[in-house]
This record gives sequence, C-alpha cells and structure tokens, in this order.
Amino acid sequence: MNAAPVGIIGEITDVNKVMSAAEQIRDAGYRQWDIHTPYPVHGLDKAMGVKRSILTYISFVGMVGGLSTALGLQWWTGAFDYILNIGGKGFFNWQFSMPIDFELSILGTAIFTVVGLFGLCRIPTWYNRYQDDDSFKKATDDVFVITIDAEDDRFSAEGTQDLLKRLGAQNVHLVTNHA
Amino acid sequence: MTVAQEQQINQRGASHEEPVREQLVLGNPSMKDITARIASIVESKITTKYLLTLGLTMSMAGLGLFALYYTITTGIGVWGLNNPVGWGWDITNFVFWIGIGHAGTLISAILFLFRQKWRTAINRSAEAMTLFAVVCALTMVLSHTGRPWLFYWLLPYPNQMQMWINFRSPLAWDVFAVNTYFAVSLMFWFVGLIPDLATIRNYVKSDLAKKIYSFFSLGWTGSTRHWHHYEIAYMILAGISTPLVLSVHSVVSFDFTVGIMPGWHTTIFPPYFVAGAIFSGFAMVMTLMVIAREILDLKQFITLKHFENMNKIILATGMMVGYAYAMEMFIAWYSGSQWERWIFINRALGDYAWAYWTMVLCNVVSPQVYWFKKARRSIPLMFIISIFVNIGMWFERFTIIATTLHHDFLPASWGYYTPTWVEISIFIGTFGIFLTLFLLFAKFVPVIAIAEVKAIMPGAQPSHHHDHAHAPAAVEAH
Repeated sequence: MNAAPVGIIGEITDVNKVMSAAEQIRDAGYRQWDIHTPYPVHGLDKAMGVKRSILTYISFVGMVGGLSTALGLQWWTGAFDYILNIGGKGFFNWQFSMPIDFELSILGTAIFTVVGLFGLCRIPTWYNRYQDDDSFKKATDDVFVITIDAEDDRFSAEGTQDLLKRLGAQNVHLVTNHA
Repeated sequence: MTVAQEQQINQRGASHEEPVREQLVLGNPSMKDITARIASIVESKITTKYLLTLGLTMSMAGLGLFALYYTITTGIGVWGLNNPVGWGWDITNFVFWIGIGHAGTLISAILFLFRQKWRTAINRSAEAMTLFAVVCALTMVLSHTGRPWLFYWLLPYPNQMQMWINFRSPLAWDVFAVNTYFAVSLMFWFVGLIPDLATIRNYVKSDLAKKIYSFFSLGWTGSTRHWHHYEIAYMILAGISTPLVLSVHSVVSFDFTVGIMPGWHTTIFPPYFVAGAIFSGFAMVMTLMVIAREILDLKQFITLKHFENMNKIILATGMMVGYAYAMEMFIAWYSGSQWERWIFINRALGDYAWAYWTMVLCNVVSPQVYWFKKARRSIPLMFIISIFVNIGMWFERFTIIATTLHHDFLPASWGYYTPTWVEISIFIGTFGIFLTLFLLFAKFVPVIAIAEVKAIMPGAQPSHHHDHAHAPAAVEAH
C-alpha cells in the first residue's frame, strides 16, 4: 500500500523570517496550512491572514445568558413562585439582585469563553496527523514549524517544498501516512 | 545554583546588550534552556527532602481532617463558639483564605491587563495558590454550617418543600461569589496551562508521564490559528477576572456590612477588604516563592526585580489598609453613634487590644521598611515581613469578628471567646491542605508559565512592523 502524503513540514527559528514566510505563503494562495509556535507571536496570525475570531461574540452570549439566568432566577423564585415576606424586604428589587447578577454574568462569560475556545480550536483532540514527526514536536520547544497540508489545492510535493526552502525553512520534508 | 554560576549568568547578561531596564530572566537562556529548565522539574527524582516536607504537610492536613471529622460527627459545640460570639476562627479563617487567593488573580489578571511583563515568572504559582486557598476557605465555610452534608441547601434547587434560598441575604450572595471565583480561577489557570502541558508532553521520556500530560494538554499543537483564539480567550478571562476579584471580597465584606452590628455596618468595608486581601495574598505569595525559588532553583526566572515589585505592592496595599484602620476610627467618632464609638474604643483598648495592636504593628508598621530599596531587595527581610503580614491580616479578620461580637448591646451577655483545640487543629489543617497541594503542584505542574516567559524574551517577537496594507482583506478590495 502506498504511503499517502499528509503534508510538507519546514522549520524556521528566526521570528522575523517566519513573519515574512507567513505573508508569502498566504500571498501564494495556500489555505490549508499552519504555523506551530512555542508561544504566541504578535502579528503572526495577521500575517497568515487568519480571520478575526468569533470568540468575543460567544463570550458575549455567555454574559447575557448568565445575567438573564440570575435576574430570572431571583425574580421567579422570590416574586412569583413562592412569595415570602422576609423582614418586610421587597420580593424582587434590582438592587439586591446585583451581586448575583454580576457573579453569574462573569460565570456565564467564563464558561462560554472556555467552551468556545475548545470548540474553535477543536480541542480536546488527542490525535494529530503530524504528531509522530520529529520536527513537529519541536513546535512546543523552540522552533516555528510550518505545515502545509496535502489537501490544499496548490499543494505539490516538489513545488511546496521549494517554496518553503526559498522562504528559509530548514529540514523541509514530506510527511506521509504510514497506515 | 552556585555563586560562580550566578556570576557567570550575570556576566553573560551584561555582555549581551546594556539593558535599560533590569532583565526579567537572567542569563539570556535560549528557548530550549527555558523548556528544559522548567520541564525537567517534572522528571527530576523525588528527593528525601521533598518527601519529608510532604510528610509534614500531610500530617498537618491529617490533623485538620481528624478535627473536622470530630466536628462533623459531634457538632460544632466542640468549638469555642457560644453566645455572644457565634463567629470565631471559622469565619476568620474563611475570610483569611479567600483573601490569600486574591493575589493570584491580581497577578494573573490585573497585571496582565496592565501589560506588566514581570508577572510571567510568578503568575502560574500565584494562580495555583488562589485555587488552593479557595479550597481551604470552602473547607472552613462548609464545616461551620454544622451539617456540611446538606451543603446543597445553599443552592437554589427545586425541592419537596417548594422553598427557595433567600436571595436577599448576603450569605446567599457569598455562595455565588465564592463558587464563581473558584470556577473562573480554575478555568483561567487551566487555559493558561494547556500550552505548557503540551510542552511537557513533548519533553518527558517515560510512557506514563507522556500519557498523562498528553491527556491534560488536550492535543495542543501550538497552531497559530489556535493561538489566535487562545489569546482572545485569555484576554477575556483576564478582563472578567479583574472585576471578579474586586467583587469577591466585596461580597465577603457584605456578610458583615449588611448586618447592623456596630463595627461591621460601614461602607468602607468592601474596598478595605479588597486592599487587605491583595496585601495578604502578596505576602503569602512572597513567603512561598522565596522558598520555592530556593528549592526548585528558579533564581534565573524569579529575580530580585520580581520581589522588589511585589514588595512595592505590599507597601502600597499596606498603606491602604492602614488608612482604612484610621478612617474606621474617624468615622466611628464622626458618626456620633455611641455604640459605634464604644466598639472602636473597645477594639483598641478593650479585651482584644492585644489582637488589635498585633494587627497594626504587623500590617501598618512592618511594611514601612519597604520605603528603602535595600529592604525591598533583601530576601531574609522580605521573608520575615511577609510572615508578619500574614499574621497581621489574620488578626485583622479576627479583630473585626471578635470585638464586635463579644460585647453586644446587653452587658449581661458579654463574653470572651477563646478557641478550643479543635478549631486550632482545623486551622493548622487548612495550612496542611494548602501546602500539600502546593508541593504537589510544584512537582508535577509547570511552576512557571513557559510559553509566556518565552514570549517576553528579547528577540522573541518580530522586530519590525509589517505593512498591513498587504493583508488579504485589503488585497481583495482592489
């Protein structure tokens, strides 16, 4: 059985080089590719042409959800479902509801942010097609690792490797599926 | 680290480029060095010293758990609480531990928003302390309910009595505030950990360790597309944790202020509690980091500059607390209320005057040495002062609770509160739980935020601004 190509990998160690490499791969029209870095590099996402994350909207929904839960819960239990006079205080007032409104808004935002982050990053995914490649593992240590997937329309085993080499990547090689 | 090594590091640091600001990481380590230095802690052999320390802290925790078992099976009558003092060490410890946690959130969230790069060396361990401190606080507050197995009565849930919790009570607000605080701190901490756990996953050799760190790193690859979402998530979490941390101790202070007891019923409490919480939290971070830096050999990452900055915060928040003490006194006099005046005179001159003046000496007087740079950079001195502050802040809570309660409106019911061995053991136990969790954390979890430290190293970020006119959106517009 033939080994199916997974993609091309290249290593870059200089941060300025990886920035310009990102811009050039983007301008060459590649879509299914990525750069794995040990830490967030400022502006690299822009250089790659990554679209703005929708996470802020997800978080906002969480905030609204938390706030409405808090208001609804306090109003419904106190002023609707079981009206109980406690020290002559109001059954529902926005003033006394503030602490819980605030806390549940924060909690809703946090949960939606984390769940949204996991969803957008597709984690947990305990498998990656490149995971057995030695270059790929360096991405959590000290190397910027560029991966260009074989599914990309512009992918060609030789042409893509040449592009990466031209951009200053080292140890450029084809990763294949051993299965 | 030997003296010779340290000198070498300093020389290398100096020869690189004359830094305008003091370097945050000494010795210009490479990215590989940083990974190896921190990840190797996980794989290093467990020493006898470590096991002995762990044995000690676990014995303390064991003592506390035994005292808790005795309390739960017998009832809180085994504590020294009685009329008129219904709150004693239980609530003192609860407020104390919640306060300890605040430094972690301040370092991780507020200093992040202020772009204080020095936070990267200490934020991970400070956040861990937040979690462990909240665990201790929850232990205290659950055990003081008397029947902790009915803890769910604190939550609004449909039940056969068709009754709901009283949302008008600050005690119900507290449940929401503290649990939200714990949950959000845990999420913030874990999100921060994911990239570093992935680094460790790729670093460790043993199969079992690889499996465990693989599991917890959730398959993180360091993809820039993921970092893009990640950085936004981190910013949002920092942004919401900032008001959260200010709210939690405010809500805790509502437990006092919403009551009409003289000495408690004041509007200064929320900011005063928050300042005190940050003050005590930083002191606890200081105490533990001075030790951890020595034992784990992290002098390269946790430098005197970090300590100096923390000491400045301790000085500032200590002054705020001192101001609050003075203002409380003034307002008591200015209020014209005889009860209010009397409580404060009693606080300073009455039965618990020893506790009050311990508090003033530890919290207001002792940090004043930090006006001097030499004192801010002296390790033995900062260790001692940090312990003073811990003691002082504990006494602050104790003073507030005990002085107001022990002399109430009826002189016939006046009393004096002393704790029993059970309360003292539970308090020792919470320290045992806190330190045990911290020791386990320091061994098995990256104690320093590896990815964040790498990101602030010189040369880690692109040196020139790219022309954004080439961004795809702009290209398509042509």
